[in-house]
Amino acid sequence: MNSNPSTPMNAHAPSSSSGGAGSPDSNTPRRNSKRPKYSRFTQQELPACKPILTPKWVISAFMLVTIVFIPIGLTTLFASRDVVEIIDRYDNACVPGSKSQKVQHIQSATSNKTCIRSLTVRKRMKQPIYVYYQLDNFYQNHRRYVKSRSDQQLRNRGDENDTSTCKPENEANGMTIVPCGLVAWSLFNDTYSLSTSNSQLTINKRHISWKSDRDEKFGSEVYPKNFQNGGLIGGGRLNESIPLNEQEDLIVWMRTAALPTFRKLYGKIEVDIEAGETINVVVENRYNTYSFSGKKKLVLSTTSWLGGKNNFIGIAYLAVGGLCFLLATTFTIIYLVKPRHLGDPTYLSWNRNPGGH
Amino acid sequence: MAFGRNERVRFSKIYSLSCFRPSTRDEHGQIGQKGYSRVVYCNDPDNLEAVQLRYRGNYVSTTKYTAVNFIPKSLFEQFRRVANIYFLVVACVSFSPLAPFRASSILFPLLVVIGATMAKEGVEDWRRRKQDIKANNRKIHVYRDRSFSERKWKDLRVGDLVKVYKDEYFPADLLLLSSSYPDGICYVETMNLDGETNLKLKHAFDFTASLNDDNSFHQFKAVVKCEDPNEDLYSFIGSLNYNNDPHPLSLQQILLRDSKLRNTEYIYGVVIFTGHDTKVMQNATDPPSKRSKIERRMDKIIYILFSTLISISFIGSIFFGLRTHRDLNQGSYKRWYLEPSRTTVLYDPKRPVLAAFLHFLTGLMLYGYLIPISLYVSIEMVKVLQSIFINQDQDMYHEETNRPARARTSNLNEELGQVDTVLSDKTGTLTCNSMEFVKCSIAGVSYGRGMTEVELALVKRKNIEQLDAAGNTSNISDGHTVKSGKSIKGFNFSDERIMDGQWVNEPNSDIIQKFFRVLSICHTAIPDVNKDTGELSYEAESPDEAAFVIAAREVGFEFFQRTQTSIYLHECENGKKVDRSYELLNMIEFSSARKRMSVIVRNAENQLILLCKGADSVMFEKLSKESQPFEDQTKNHINKYAEAGLRTLVIAYRPLDEEEYKAWKEEFLSAKTSVSNDRDNLVDAATEKIERDLILLGATAVEDKLQKGVPECIEKLADAGIKIWVLTGDKMETAINIGYACHLLAQGMKQIVITLDSPDINALGKLGDREAITKASRESIEKQLREGRSQLESAKSSSALIIDGRSLAYALDKNLESLFLRLATDCSSVICCRSSPKQKALVTKMVKEGTRKTTLAIGDGANDVGMLQEADIGVGISGAEGMQAVMASDFAIAQFRFLERLLLVHGHWCYRRIAMMICYFFYKNIAFGFTLFWFEAHASFSGQPAYNDWYMSFYNVFFTSLPVIALGVFDQDVSARLCLKYPRLYQEGVQNILFNWPRILGWMFNGVLSSMIIFFICKNSTIHQAFREDGHVIDYEILGVLMYTCVVWAVNCQMALSINYFTWIQHFFIWGSIFFWYVFLVIYGYLKPKWSTTAYRVFVEACAPSPFYWMTTFLVVASTLLPYFLYRAFQTRFHPMYHDEIQRRRSEGCEAVTPGELPGRVKDKMNHLSERMKHSHREI
Repeated sequence: MNSNPSTPMNAHAPSSSSGGAGSPDSNTPRRNSKRPKYSRFTQQELPACKPILTPKWVISAFMLVTIVFIPIGLTTLFASRDVVEIIDRYDNACVPGSKSQKVQHIQSATSNKTCIRSLTVRKRMKQPIYVYYQLDNFYQNHRRYVKSRSDQQLRNRGDENDTSTCKPENEANGMTIVPCGLVAWSLFNDTYSLSTSNSQLTINKRHISWKSDRDEKFGSEVYPKNFQNGGLIGGGRLNESIPLNEQEDLIVWMRTAALPTFRKLYGKIEVDIEAGETINVVVENRYNTYSFSGKKKLVLSTTSWLGGKNNFIGIAYLAVGGLCFLLATTFTIIYLVKPRHLGDPTYLSWNRNPGGH
Repeated sequence: MAFGRNERVRFSKIYSLSCFRPSTRDEHGQIGQKGYSRVVYCNDPDNLEAVQLRYRGNYVSTTKYTAVNFIPKSLFEQFRRVANIYFLVVACVSFSPLAPFRASSILFPLLVVIGATMAKEGVEDWRRRKQDIKANNRKIHVYRDRSFSERKWKDLRVGDLVKVYKDEYFPADLLLLSSSYPDGICYVETMNLDGETNLKLKHAFDFTASLNDDNSFHQFKAVVKCEDPNEDLYSFIGSLNYNNDPHPLSLQQILLRDSKLRNTEYIYGVVIFTGHDTKVMQNATDPPSKRSKIERRMDKIIYILFSTLISISFIGSIFFGLRTHRDLNQGSYKRWYLEPSRTTVLYDPKRPVLAAFLHFLTGLMLYGYLIPISLYVSIEMVKVLQSIFINQDQDMYHEETNRPARARTSNLNEELGQVDTVLSDKTGTLTCNSMEFVKCSIAGVSYGRGMTEVELALVKRKNIEQLDAAGNTSNISDGHTVKSGKSIKGFNFSDERIMDGQWVNEPNSDIIQKFFRVLSICHTAIPDVNKDTGELSYEAESPDEAAFVIAAREVGFEFFQRTQTSIYLHECENGKKVDRSYELLNMIEFSSARKRMSVIVRNAENQLILLCKGADSVMFEKLSKESQPFEDQTKNHINKYAEAGLRTLVIAYRPLDEEEYKAWKEEFLSAKTSVSNDRDNLVDAATEKIERDLILLGATAVEDKLQKGVPECIEKLADAGIKIWVLTGDKMETAINIGYACHLLAQGMKQIVITLDSPDINALGKLGDREAITKASRESIEKQLREGRSQLESAKSSSALIIDGRSLAYALDKNLESLFLRLATDCSSVICCRSSPKQKALVTKMVKEGTRKTTLAIGDGANDVGMLQEADIGVGISGAEGMQAVMASDFAIAQFRFLERLLLVHGHWCYRRIAMMICYFFYKNIAFGFTLFWFEAHASFSGQPAYNDWYMSFYNVFFTSLPVIALGVFDQDVSARLCLKYPRLYQEGVQNILFNWPRILGWMFNGVLSSMIIFFICKNSTIHQAFREDGHVIDYEILGVLMYTCVVWAVNCQMALSINYFTWIQHFFIWGSIFFWYVFLVIYGYLKPKWSTTAYRVFVEACAPSPFYWMTTFLVVASTLLPYFLYRAFQTRFHPMYHDEIQRRRSEGCEAVTPGELPGRVKDKMNHLSERMKHSHREI
């Protein structure tokens, strides 16, 4: 309507205005006010802390990390240093020859698979000493492999035929396999017997698996059945008279590893071994890792409060702590050498950058 | 109901003489043809033929959905989004063995997201439905079985006879038959239709007007033939067949649904259109939905993520294919434990290409976490909450009109923070649109001592000049308005020469008398006496008109009564109050083409006089060629008034002699009653004949006051680097002066004026050669634009461009557009005067498309609607001029000054919040998605996810969504007070520095970095050895929990690091999300292994007792935060952003409240209190 300076009398005329003081409208709102209610929430004025990165804060944050991380790093490194670990790779040593020879040897039913290794203990190992086997390049985390099992079947005798997820190892000779699936089928079956110069070392295999697995995931009523009876034999066999929840090697094996290199608990030695002793290991080297060029290692290890031997985490803590220390120093120097003027007005003035772009 | 029928005046008489404009085109001939086929049997809806026509009922539904189609339709709406389709496809495929996880875990988040959005839609629709129910069940008196009875609106049928009482709404489009007035008129308020609050007069046919009794309808039958339903509110074509006589119908007889009956006891009408056929429903279209720039860019980011998804799936599938292929080595299988000899096609080493392709599909599902499924729904929720904050802001509430700010659409919140150009209307937007009579020029003498705000600004300017020149100080407030004791709305005139009856002593008292008589007679206002107080108020069509009548009253010419034939005044004559009546013979109404209005009256002395008022541009041509003694002075005064920012009208009169009038009256009547096409021309020609040889009396000047706080607001916006264009219909002088008054123009600013008002063009104009004018005009404009350009380059200070409407027409031409735009964008302010609504929209479009920056249009009237819809953001002022602008707007505020807070505070915050939120969203999903990829690389890309299915499903839904929503709703870099104190902060949005590609890619990179840190630290710290004292080693489940814990911690802490504003809400959400992860883990772990699968007791039994688990988490969190922290530390030190600076100042205490300065809120409260005190005083 303002295209027209004179009185617009028909088009888009504004409200009928009335003379006299105060239009009738302005008196009504008092009763029915639409004024928004005041609350700190709706007005966005909640009490808040507004952290900002002042030099002081930056330096103290870095220093704090340094102060916390370096001791943690050192502690872990010390803990890790106390752990005694003996690793022995035996796959090549036990089966000499080319790859195809090795494969042939391991697959042959008749070949002698016993292999003797001797390990030297450099440092006193306090009990419990954990015995692990370590496999390399074994993809227990392969999707096909992980999925090829039936948790129902393992848990419940009644669900014995619940094997649809286990293909192709779900049945052999027309009967369902218990435990079915690739994971169980490929059960690791090397065995070790250890002895020192003067005595046999008993390996305690009780409670090497997680308690919850024994109690809930593997049934006490479920017995192995028709296992390793198919055309292809995978790994180890199971004693059909022992229920699954007592087959701890199987339980350990079936808790699939996260990465292609993994250790699994074989057992515990519950005596100390003195430094300088030699441990003789009789390995029944049955498991085929030669086909896929996997390594096999026997590991004896003590633990600290933290666990096994691991320098990575200590070093990482030290590295982060050190880096932060470095940064804290750098920033301190920067702020000392080139302090910023307090409230530098040029930064806030519009003139610094006329037009703003 | 016959009482009072004759108490009221037959106003129709006044109006029936005026030029009501029925449909300008003579289309009645088309009735019965296509598009004009409707037949209505009045008062006979049960007629067989009527029933056969099956017109729709009066039931109205404005809902988007019905109970039946809600689910399919809203689902369809949902899946129009690319991301949602992707997730749907994934969910479908997840039932196949291709899926890396269980179908339910994919479906669940999708269902949550879709469900949330659907619930929102449903609630909105339910509200609409409730409104519909209310409307449909309103009561109306319908004529059935020989009497009127109450029925519901929805039961109304076409052809029904209805009776509507005063202040009721019309239930459908009605044909007016008769009213409580004997001549069948009624008043209608069309506020709901077009926002106009003035009353419109409707007029029934004479032959139906007599049917004004409930009992007179027994025999009434008629047939209406008319146009089909359409949305044109301003035309109606039809004919009424009554007693076998066809009568042409026009809009005069039609009462539209949703308008209100006013000032009339009741009317009778016949339903013509019902329900959705009514004009108002036909007009109900959704406002065009606008999308913000950020959202459009977000789509691009989604595409980037899709390509990332595809490429990493592709990489994965290649590796997978190779590994699978290598499993078969010279006839023997390598990885025998996978039994490749008996495999399915998915892993078949004999067909590695196919396996790889299928794996590619698996990969698309597995890495789907890169696409943030909940992003859209989160953003929508955040925006709704943000708009609640806008609606709830007390600082944008206007006490006088009782209107808070209102965000009508929520999807443009962040766009408010990026406005580069504000295009503003003037009247009603910058000014109050309440007119005050300030000055007048009578007989060449200027009266009125009042000072306008513009004049004050002028004086101030001049003073500064003087100061500069002579260094002398003078008090400018001396010139301030001398207010009389009582303030009268619409009247700000004081002059002792005229007031209090003193005018009689003036030398030209007779002219003064005539002048004010014109003001008190020549108008369409209706007096309204308040019965309680006896106070007289006027119902006028425009505030200008009210101002004139009030001015005349204050001087002593009180218009107090109007009848159909006469106007009655109390006049002061020789110091006495006398009543005088004027017989009203004709009224020639105002129109925007005529720009004047006249009345012809016969006074008590039996003299015929034509009284006329109009715009100076037309009035001076109509003046008598004979001596006009004070024409020059008046022109001079008019120019001065215009300079002072006033609206001027010229007042003139002409005595008529009987003979002439009689002859003219004949001609006028015949012109009016003619039915030919050029009826309008005939009428115009007739009026031309009588409106000539006028005798000048003087001129009036009315001030349209600046709204409160406008100059300050404009200054602030300019400080924020926002360019302001004013598009106004005013004269150039008025516009320039308003420009000064509202600080749009400043002293020392270079003014580049582009106008066609030059002697040569005018000379050409006299010759009338159109082509020559066009050519010369174009050349002139081009020359002026180029000159302006060079002036601008040489000018040291900032410049302003002023262009008038005629020049604008040429400047908007294709050839000159870019030149004009370049010039205009380099000027700090631009004023376009004399521009039409269409031009306003065109200018807006040009700026929007030419600069590719965000434009905001603000206006209050129907003429701004085009502009509001064209701009990226339309802001409507919910002021005096109805609701039409508000209806077309995206945001509605009550006063222009609230724009400052809307943009600088809410806009800035919303922009910041949304920008950060989206960046962060991508960060968290990339950080999570890539850990899956790194894990895949260690699982021979077989497609095994690193985590339990349900951890993944809940990632976007529970563990990370609430903090990010809190960020989007609550974060503020600096407080509102500082936002306003440092308006330059706003440029962060205009330049889009928080959402530019480096920043987005930076966040994405940070996400990848975080994922790498998480994965590799987790992997290396746990790879072989026992992770607890009891010799247990990490397996697949535990690594998953460990990594997932790290992700949850890292992502939430990253959030804590990047937000600026920690209230308890943020704390609660961030730490709560982390805590909830543990709670979830414990609860989920306690479910039977059948449900919890790999998560069974994993936390309680395995993770929690392991120091490793906690130490790794701690290390990972610190390491993932380090890059961002370092970046921020360096950035705030070496390249601080503007908000960093302000935050630093605040923290250093520079922004502490100085003793003299109260914090904004307290101050506002004090102001508010004192205002209320004033109010209550006034009321007393």
